[in-house]
Amino acid sequence: MGSKEKEKEKELGTVNEAGNEGNSIMPIISYREAIRQALREMLRDPKVFLMGEDVGAYGGAFAVTKGFLAEYGEKRILDTPIAEAGIVGAGIGAVMAGARPVVEIMTINFTLLAFDAIVNHAAKIYSMSGGQVNIPLIIRTVTGSGNQLGAQHSQNIEGHYAMVPGLKVVAPATPADAKGLLLSAYDDMNPVFFAEHFALYHVKAEVPEEAVRVPLGVAAVPREGKDVTLIAYSRMVQTCLQAAELLAGQGIAAEVIDLRTLRPLDYETMIASIRKTHRVIMVEETGIGTSIGGDIIAALQEVVFDDLAAPIRWVAGAPTPVPYNRTLERASIPNAETVAQAASELMGGQQRKVA
Amino acid sequence: MDRELRMTMYRQMALIRRFEEAAGEQYGRGRIGGFLHLYIGEEACAVGAINAIRHEDYVVTHYRDHGHALVKGCSPRAVMAELFGKATGVSHGMGGSMHLFCKENRLMGGYAIVGGGLPIGMGIALGIQYQEQDLVCLDFFGDGAVNEGEFHESMNMASLWNLPVIFFCENNLYAMGTAVARTAAVPEIYRRAEVYAMASTQVDGMDVEAVYRATADAVERARRGGGPSLIEAITYRFKGHSMADAVVYRTREEEEVWRPRDPIAVLGKRLIEGGEATQEELDQIDKDVLAVVNDAVHFAEESANPTVEDMYRFVYAV
Repeated sequence: MGSKEKEKEKELGTVNEAGNEGNSIMPIISYREAIRQALREMLRDPKVFLMGEDVGAYGGAFAVTKGFLAEYGEKRILDTPIAEAGIVGAGIGAVMAGARPVVEIMTINFTLLAFDAIVNHAAKIYSMSGGQVNIPLIIRTVTGSGNQLGAQHSQNIEGHYAMVPGLKVVAPATPADAKGLLLSAYDDMNPVFFAEHFALYHVKAEVPEEAVRVPLGVAAVPREGKDVTLIAYSRMVQTCLQAAELLAGQGIAAEVIDLRTLRPLDYETMIASIRKTHRVIMVEETGIGTSIGGDIIAALQEVVFDDLAAPIRWVAGAPTPVPYNRTLERASIPNAETVAQAASELMGGQQRKVA
Repeated sequence: MDRELRMTMYRQMALIRRFEEAAGEQYGRGRIGGFLHLYIGEEACAVGAINAIRHEDYVVTHYRDHGHALVKGCSPRAVMAELFGKATGVSHGMGGSMHLFCKENRLMGGYAIVGGGLPIGMGIALGIQYQEQDLVCLDFFGDGAVNEGEFHESMNMASLWNLPVIFFCENNLYAMGTAVARTAAVPEIYRRAEVYAMASTQVDGMDVEAVYRATADAVERARRGGGPSLIEAITYRFKGHSMADAVVYRTREEEEVWRPRDPIAVLGKRLIEGGEATQEELDQIDKDVLAVVNDAVHFAEESANPTVEDMYRFVYAV
């Protein structure tokens, strides 16, 4: 990065927290740019083409593929009709014929129109064919709430897909993971549902220039701590990291786990952390009981019950359609304060004696 | 059309008929589970259409798929074993009657969600076009599928992008038990191609030669870059929708009207009257295919079940 650019980055407040950007050997780029880099890397493979609504002439609804049409041409950056089942079905067929399309569904809400293609078809063909036909199809989409877009544009339903055997589900929280996980999705032999969070597109951090893979199914621990484990993914990882800062001020050392992949889940990392902290909070952006949090808690308690000093806590959004009103919408989504409050209650509560 | 092809198609239709009769019988004995949708009466569709493509071309189909698999090159043994749920089945016993796959023969699946196979077949054609291959995809579905959104999405995209796909509608007049005229605002299904600027035709689905010719035209058009086609074959299933169907929604009189149009009888009569075959030759074919089917049943019976490990092994490819 040139010095001018560095200044600009500082102005934008995007140098990393450690303030060591100047010493870093890795460029600091946005989550959006990281995804663009991964797509460019994939497009080196002539079998790869991108297809979706407004990926070409418009440049992507979230500008992820901006400029790609001019660079790669219409054959490889294919604008589609608004026909989600058709788009995903076409992707399934095209991989069967030996191509490697990467399909984009503009937002996760619209993937419900392709639920049949994704759940009934992409996820099951490998099994139904007795292992003959695998579907290495990446389905990129955009998840998230919090922009006053109303109930039909504010869902985090990646958890629905995470309940489907045959799919892999990825939801990166950082630019480096966005790039590295997308490249791993490209290497994978299976359908991968890749949920990008719209509120993270502007987030910047260090990202390796090279095509470094981040393995699917392995969680990250972006902050270590001994007192309480906060489990989250996607944007809620940032929320938990902020909560951990607040908790540090109260003398509570929170450990944050970024699941990164929702199917398969990395229980090993979660269990190891809980055995250290004895307290755990499951944090989700979506409404409580509407996603995978409950399943994770159920699976964890079977294993770690005797390690727990307190019941597993569950902090998630309101179990309602996300309202338009700004105040209500904010009230429907967990934030650093609500997470920190829950952790602090958990620390102060009646303690079970742990063997 | 030369005699050899007619005789081949006669044999294939006879094989499907005997295969389906045996499947029905084995279902009755409890050796085949789940749903079983027999193709009896509709044989001319799969046989006429699939003979008009090459072995390396792709087929996608629906849940009434035994006939398509047999014509596309799957062995009767492996298809019957799949119905029995055995590890020697085309889909390793993991798919069953409705999900016959054979990658080697480019049979890319029977699908049991009405309309679900349509965009997949269209997508195969997109993959063919993207890779500039000299191939086509034959995409089968029933009359019930044409009211699904996936039908319209697939038709639009195929025409928009000029894809080498042939949409083949087997119109057997009933979507399960509901007559086409009671579900379709425009019951002439082939006319739906008009709004997508796509070539289309309606053909007698009980006449295997007519089906062959209509498909051959569409395939030729697709190969020379002329784009997709919609073929509507009017056919009739002599049995119920599935083995559970008591067929209360149509009259016995209607069934009697269709009996003389049995596609095997129609071609057999033509072969004999044209001096191309004798009744004895046709009887011999029937005996031969019956032996093949009996062997397939025996093979399926003797085959081993897949293992519990297989159930887990086939979730994710590695």
